[in-house]
Amino acid sequence: MPHTPGSRRTLSNRRTAHRLAADFGLLTLAAAFALPLAWVILSSLDPNADLRVKVPDSLTFSNFDAVLTPGITFTPLLNSLILCGGGTLLTVVCAALAAYPLSRFRSRLNRPFLLTVLFATSLPITAIMVPVYALFVQVNLIDTMQGTIFFFAASQLPFAIWLMKNFMDGVPKELEEAAWTDGASSSQSLLRIVLPLMGPGVAVVTVFCFVMMWGNFFVPFMLLLTPDQMPAAVSINEFFGNRGMVVYGQLAAFSVIYSSPVLVLYVLVARRLGGGFALGGAVKG
Amino acid sequence: MSHEAGTAEASRKGRAALGRSLTRALPVAPALVLLLLFLAGPIAYCAYIAFTDLQLTGQAQESFVGFDNFRKAFEDEAFLNAVWLTLVFTVLSSLIGQNTLGLALASLMQRASKPVRTLVGGIVITAWVLPEVVAGFLLYAFFRREGTLNALLDWLHLPSQNWLFTLPILAVSFANVWRGTAFSMLVYSAALNEIPKEITEAAEVDGAGGWRRLWHITLPMIRRSIGTNLMLNTLQTLSVFGLIWVMTRGGPGDKSQTLPLFMYEQAFQNSMIGYGTAVALLLLLLGSLVSVIYLRLLRTEV
Repeated sequence: MPHTPGSRRTLSNRRTAHRLAADFGLLTLAAAFALPLAWVILSSLDPNADLRVKVPDSLTFSNFDAVLTPGITFTPLLNSLILCGGGTLLTVVCAALAAYPLSRFRSRLNRPFLLTVLFATSLPITAIMVPVYALFVQVNLIDTMQGTIFFFAASQLPFAIWLMKNFMDGVPKELEEAAWTDGASSSQSLLRIVLPLMGPGVAVVTVFCFVMMWGNFFVPFMLLLTPDQMPAAVSINEFFGNRGMVVYGQLAAFSVIYSSPVLVLYVLVARRLGGGFALGGAVKG
Repeated sequence: MSHEAGTAEASRKGRAALGRSLTRALPVAPALVLLLLFLAGPIAYCAYIAFTDLQLTGQAQESFVGFDNFRKAFEDEAFLNAVWLTLVFTVLSSLIGQNTLGLALASLMQRASKPVRTLVGGIVITAWVLPEVVAGFLLYAFFRREGTLNALLDWLHLPSQNWLFTLPILAVSFANVWRGTAFSMLVYSAALNEIPKEITEAAEVDGAGGWRRLWHITLPMIRRSIGTNLMLNTLQTLSVFGLIWVMTRGGPGDKSQTLPLFMYEQAFQNSMIGYGTAVALLLLLLGSLVSVIYLRLLRTEV
């Protein structure tokens, strides 16, 4: 039996042993996660990169130089920025407006509306892309930036409304009532009181939408046709996936450039909210 | 509204109240319009063209064909293959892979020292935040014949093989685990943090071993998070397209062609939009089913 007279000391010894075992287990698991990441970073700096993780014989920025051209990097990134920036702006504005009455006024319609929204958050958007394509051909929105932006916004809206409403519920109503007695209208109190007080919440919604759109491949792949309009998510595939000879160092360099904005955004938001756990908690509902 | 008041007054009050609710609901309008036009619209259109023989090109007018597309699907070997692969992909990568590994990472993190926790969390979350296509390329490089995995196996003197050719569905499943585990890890970390320390400590002092504690205390206490997590993972996995597209294009042959890739191929490479949409509708119904179960779970939780 484990509890003998000296069990206090064994317990604390056992804790230390447990912690070391946990550290070791975690580091082993993380090594498996790190290998593909190590490949992209090392290869981007390696003049002779191939498909294996290896330390380069010499370091070079020539891979970055080679891809930093208008055709390969700047135009696709600008397109990504227009699509995701436009889509995010539209989503956040619409979500904030919609969340306000849902959070502030009681109505019989609130619950069914919110349930529908929650239901829509979990629909597989991939499944409706073929009909969206067919529909966009009919209404001449195919191959247009605005059409893609509208669809991006609509696809992110359910989750954005849900998150925004939850964050807005956290702002006490009393603060607003004071403003109302001073004669402020609903729109004024939303803009001047509620939104500033839920700044971190708005930041989470914004970053979340932007990151989701930035990484989305299928939507622009289906809805845009002209190569000049393609965002980085699709162009990377066209440039590197369809060529017979792939320059792996350049592919890695482009991947690093394309991924860094979302990583930076994530770190900024995670730091303000004390780790990524806020998002996990928010998703839990 | 008061019952004693005259009907005229009541209706005026009613109209005023209606007017007020309409003004209050006005801010919902932009979101509602977007959702109706670009989300509900396509879903309704999906339900319509799934019953037609709409084609990509060279067709004057599509015609209504009833359940033909669905009948065709269930007789189509390729469709049944895609259903089977979707099932394998979902069970392997979401139910088993992401879920178990996420729980393992989260519970190890509870006990590990802080620097290790931060480092490991950072690495796993980076894999999650990376764009889908980049994750696809990274794992393509990892699983290729000349890639890192085989280099590692050679180094350990284990037999290597051409993973993307022999076991593509396994390779893309691992890729999905690599990319999606962070979400489960975050959900479980949040859930485990809510378990009072006293309970686990009491069990520890009573001499309950790690596995028994996990089975009798931890799992029952986080069962709602497990349910939520399983549903959300499944929904996310059902709609994976880019990752598989970049790694294998559904090939070789159709050995990693899950339903979304099958749907795409039918609609665009074979020009049968109607048939592709019928498959899409089935996928959508499957997703809705999971989604309804998820809502049920949430309702018991709230």
